[in-house]
Amino acid sequence: MDKEEYGKIVESKSKNPLILEDAFISFLVGGVLGGAYQVMTNWFIDMFDVSAKIACGWSCLVFIFIAAVLTGFAVFDSLISKFKFGLIIPITGFAHSIASALIDNRRDGMITGLGANMFKLAGSVILYGTVSAFLFAIIKVIIYG
Amino acid sequence: MSIFTSFMAVGIICMIASLIYDLTKLTPGHITSLLVVIGAFLGIFGFYDILIDKFGFGLSLPITSFGNSLVNSAYEGFKEQGVFGLFSGMFITTSAGISGAIIFGFLMSLFCKPKD
Repeated sequence: MDKEEYGKIVESKSKNPLILEDAFISFLVGGVLGGAYQVMTNWFIDMFDVSAKIACGWSCLVFIFIAAVLTGFAVFDSLISKFKFGLIIPITGFAHSIASALIDNRRDGMITGLGANMFKLAGSVILYGTVSAFLFAIIKVIIYG
Repeated sequence: MSIFTSFMAVGIICMIASLIYDLTKLTPGHITSLLVVIGAFLGIFGFYDILIDKFGFGLSLPITSFGNSLVNSAYEGFKEQGVFGLFSGMFITTSAGISGAIIFGFLMSLFCKPKD
């Protein structure tokens, strides 16, 4: 078997044959979370008579809390391997990345483990979010004044 | 009705992310960062807020709305405090999510043992 042939076999094995199935599962799970978020936000608005912005914040916090608790009980990782991007793209993925970094690094100590590794995974989201938002906000200021 | 449109909108974003993951060599970290930047870009002309009006609050759930909120609150900050507001206003909306994730994650890390 020459190198080229070997490379072809590796490529065909490493390709995911379930692309459409994965996409459909992500669609379904993400959609259900989105629908649940809508219901919850409407409920917050009706129940506590708050503005849409605050209601959205509360719903986000509820989702973050659930994700953190499920991560703590080591359920969330198996859920992610099943539902994939349906759980990673909503705010639950962000909460999971922080919670799992906190929990997994605890044995290295409170400062060098917990504190230093907190943003190990979520850091890229915050970094590129902040930098791009800064540039885009300047553009917005230039356009709208 | 807005429940169904939220379902569709969030579902489609997650589906696109899944397709990007399967068809390219990007990792989930790349994809979430990419979506944040896209959300921030859509925030320049207020396009993301229009989408939220049309499709319901569900669109505040995906990570794209994180970028959108960053741009909008930085711009609001500029309107209130000038250039300093670009820095001080940046995290006003999203800080609830970030501090929530940190606090709940810390509490869970106190109570739960890491798995081996």
